[in-house]
Amino acid sequence: MLSRVADRIFWMSRQMERAENMARILGVTSNLVLFGTRDRQEENLLAPLAITGTAATFADRHQALTLEALIAFLALDETNPSSIYSCLRDARENANAVRWQITSEMWETLNATWLEVRGIRRERVTGAGATQFFDWVKERSHLFRGVTYGTIMRGEAFNFSRLGTFLERADNTARILDVKYHILLPSVKDVGGALDYYQWTALLRSVSAFETYRALYRDQIFPIKVAELLILERRMPRSLAACLDQINQSLERIEGQHDHAVKRLAGELLTRLTHADIEEIFQDGLHEFLTSCLADMIELGSRIQRAYLGTV
Amino acid sequence: MQRSHFDEMYAADGTVRPHYRALAKWLAETPPERVAEKRREADLLFHRVGITFAVYGDAQGAERLIPFDTVPRIIPLAEWEMLVKGLEQRVAALNRFLHDVYHGQEILKAGVIPAEQVLTNEAYQVAMLGLDLPHQVYSHVSGIDLIRHEDGKWYVLEDNLRTPSGVSYMLENRKMMMRLFPELFERQRVHPVEHYPALLLETLRSIGPHAMREATVVVMTPGQYNSAYFEHAFLAQQMGVELVEGPDLFVKDGYVYMRTTGGRQRVDVIYRRIDDAFLDPLAFREDSLLGVPGLLSAYRAGNVSLANAIGTGVADDKSTCPYVPDMIRFYLGEEPLLANVPTWQCKRPTDLAYVLEHLADLVVKEVQGSGGYGMLIGPASAAAEIDAFRARLRANPANYIAQPTLSLSTCPTFVERGIAPRHVDLRPFVLSGREVKVVPGGLTRVALGEGSLVVNSSQGGGTKDTWVVD
Repeated sequence: MLSRVADRIFWMSRQMERAENMARILGVTSNLVLFGTRDRQEENLLAPLAITGTAATFADRHQALTLEALIAFLALDETNPSSIYSCLRDARENANAVRWQITSEMWETLNATWLEVRGIRRERVTGAGATQFFDWVKERSHLFRGVTYGTIMRGEAFNFSRLGTFLERADNTARILDVKYHILLPSVKDVGGALDYYQWTALLRSVSAFETYRALYRDQIFPIKVAELLILERRMPRSLAACLDQINQSLERIEGQHDHAVKRLAGELLTRLTHADIEEIFQDGLHEFLTSCLADMIELGSRIQRAYLGTV
Repeated sequence: MQRSHFDEMYAADGTVRPHYRALAKWLAETPPERVAEKRREADLLFHRVGITFAVYGDAQGAERLIPFDTVPRIIPLAEWEMLVKGLEQRVAALNRFLHDVYHGQEILKAGVIPAEQVLTNEAYQVAMLGLDLPHQVYSHVSGIDLIRHEDGKWYVLEDNLRTPSGVSYMLENRKMMMRLFPELFERQRVHPVEHYPALLLETLRSIGPHAMREATVVVMTPGQYNSAYFEHAFLAQQMGVELVEGPDLFVKDGYVYMRTTGGRQRVDVIYRRIDDAFLDPLAFREDSLLGVPGLLSAYRAGNVSLANAIGTGVADDKSTCPYVPDMIRFYLGEEPLLANVPTWQCKRPTDLAYVLEHLADLVVKEVQGSGGYGMLIGPASAAAEIDAFRARLRANPANYIAQPTLSLSTCPTFVERGIAPRHVDLRPFVLSGREVKVVPGGLTRVALGEGSLVVNSSQGGGTKDTWVVD
């Protein structure tokens, strides 16, 4: 497959996944701010900016950190490349460039999503309307992934689409966990201390892991178990381990030439997650562990670009 | 009322021509509502599939549908076979001419065509001098625009030997007709055109530079914002080859490669839908981001083939067109089977004087123009427009040619009030490689406005399916 085409497909899938993740983060933030306790309001509002690394840009454009301003910036601001709006636009633009290498159902899904988001009136995306909007974005992402899985030939287009999806998801799960953990448990001493039940369920719900937590642990919510679930549990489809598992499966199917460095790093990451022990991770520092995972995934992304996608 | 044009369906006495009888019978039997419903269905299908073309000068990069008319244009087989002979003859002579002007220049030495007409032409590429091409073919895909005049005879309006487009509409229109009106195809045998992509691939493979290896063919496009991008993507998909853009290709050690996820892969034949000037920034326009640096040197080394060849524009230039009958006599020793539309060359003082005097009756075109841009249709223009054009013509006479206002033949066409005659032309596609192939059909373009003669899709023209029938 042409490198340019693979690159478009890879980013098309990443951007759709990114839009979904942003909707998840904002959905949970709205929930916490609107219905949660009054404390930690500012931290909760800051979290999405911290996760996406856009706090400085936000500060340039908005005077006050309010939920409305946050949603305007991260959901609908067309000049913010991280916004949901921008992600849906870029995903559609990438799909348009490779319309002949993806299925018409995939194209139509992304095109219809873009046409719809373009017509959404900003003032409707507040309060309950905001929740509806975030749910809609998640649904469109689910639909796109399902349509892709259900229609496209099992070949390089499929492989690069999956690669994009799971690299983006792994990155996002690591960031959410890192930022939220920092807010909820600023010090390791607090592990096992009194928990803000509402905040922790919100974190789990943001990655669709609440039911899985209940099913696997049948227990109260303990921070260390939440971390274990989101990092190491392969049965949890948004965990780091599950994403790395998918990334490795996709890479195995990709026939490259100078891609040893890519496959080695992906394999190493998966091995690390497979054999890690959550107690040890906590002893050495969760933040340090996640930071090193994130750095490796960023490196993995640039190695993928170099090996397959024609980026020198 | 005296009719001044030839109608494809009705003879002068109002009777239906024999090859249209089956269609006429069907039209009479079929309730108009059903036909109208089918037309709406066609619109919907074209939209959904996205058979659109980008409109230049539209800031939004808007995509528009080319209107599709459901009344086919029908040509009887005997007449078609005669046309094919004329087309083959014409394209053979044009290819001989191109080989000649880049080699011995015999035709210039013989004084058949003035040397300056060729050598000072903007489209003449000195880079092609002395280069030997497979089978000595330059124009592998030729689109020859034909019209039928009021005398019932066919005339060549112009040759398109650079990157002629429209063949995707020929194929999609046929598919649409068969889908909407299968019963029509049961009533009479329509010769198939669906094998065009296979013939194109065969033609492209036959010009591969290395006899020992099966040629890797690619289609090269300027990108998704080009007006014919749909067609580029369509043909690549139909042939099962890669659709590449300039940055996908690179030249190393004299060979052309494409960048793929599996590493570099050698490319042997490039069906390029991009103009000469943009092919190679090292050789032509250095500001071209669409091209491939070093492509010309690989081409000259004989390591890659281009279709069409570089420098074909010197043969399809509108000011060269009048010489084609002489080329046929010179190279083939035959009389032309297809007539040229009479043409005045404005660079000749006597011709210019005639044209200036008769502007209101003539069609004046830029010699390098295409797509119906920058032309004057005298009879359809206001005095002020004609005066403005006169000034442009005086300022640069060599840039223009003029032709009589031809009465393009008409063909029944669905319009708002029912079926009415509208003017049509025809662009058949001639494939030349090891062999010459013409699929029985082509692109019929129709001017949808009443009395309009401009069939270009960029100017609101539509298309019809073209049938060759026994």
